[in-house]
Amino acid sequence: MIIPLNKEAVEVKKEQDTIFLRNRIKECATKTGMGLVNQTKLITAASELARNMLRYAGGGNVLVETVSKGRENGVRLTFKDTGPGIPDIAMAMKDGYSTGKSLGLGLPGTKRLVSEFDIKSTPGTGTVITIIKWKNG
Amino acid sequence: MDKIPILRMGHFLLVTIQTDLYDRLAMSLEADLVQMVSKTNAKGVLIDISAQSIVDSFMGRIIGNIASMCKILDAETVVVGMQPAVAITLIELGLELKGVHTALNVEKGMELLQTKIILPTEDTSDDDDYSA
Ligand SMILES: Nc1ncnc2c1ncn2[C@@H]1O[C@H](COP(=O)(O)OP(=O)(O)OP(=O)(O)O)[C@@H](O)[C@H]1O
Ligand SMILES: [Mg+2]
Repeated sequence: MIIPLNKEAVEVKKEQDTIFLRNRIKECATKTGMGLVNQTKLITAASELARNMLRYAGGGNVLVETVSKGRENGVRLTFKDTGPGIPDIAMAMKDGYSTGKSLGLGLPGTKRLVSEFDIKSTPGTGTVITIIKWKNG
Repeated sequence: MDKIPILRMGHFLLVTIQTDLYDRLAMSLEADLVQMVSKTNAKGVLIDISAQSIVDSFMGRIIGNIASMCKILDAETVVVGMQPAVAITLIELGLELKGVHTALNVEKGMELLQTKIILPTEDTSDDDDYSA
């Protein structure tokens, strides 16, 4: 069972907000004792998801939590927006798929960088993406 | 808006990115650098990212763009000081920095640029003032 130890909500409405978000995540990750490589992976993943949220959904909210499961500690991030949603998630998760004339690296790359990745999206309602990076994950 | 300073050192341009990058800032750096290369006829561009704790797909792509545009303008680009954790993350993310040379630090980067570039024959001693 995953137990949240503490939580904080961060609004992402403009590009500069992502810098604040990165710093908050860094602080949380440091508290869990996470090493630099895992921290870097987590923050990079968050940067990708925050950009997607801004670009495709006009912004949203991120819940930043330190969590524990058994003896393992980590950071859980929940990205929530009320944008257009993703009609075909399997397609969006493929390397190279982009509706934004981009590289299509964000979602599949993010999944590779974190320990756990969950995406729920309803067209017309929005998208919720949850990632966890375990301290030793 | 914030701006990242570009330093001119003889035939080279030097950029040290000290602030945290967000997308628009990175894009304006790209535009400024390319303009400066064409204006000054610089033969090399050195970008120091040692202060960057992350490089994500967007910033990586901007660096790639700078390198390929500079190439067209006959200038080589070297990225120096990438933290090992950043390099590991970029690979896992799936981003290759194609056409971008990398070096450990500014000094090594300068050496690398010098080997890549055939400078017009002239006295370059005036560069020494800046190189410390
Ligand atoms: N929060 C979101 N709301 C709506 N659509 C989204 C959202 N996030 C991603 N998408 C859709 O999923 C596609 C794939 O996203 P992904 O981040 O993998 O690639 P990209 O953003 O297009 O390119 P890159 O991240 O490489 O710049 C996007 O092109 C977009 O259509
Ligand atoms: Mg993306």
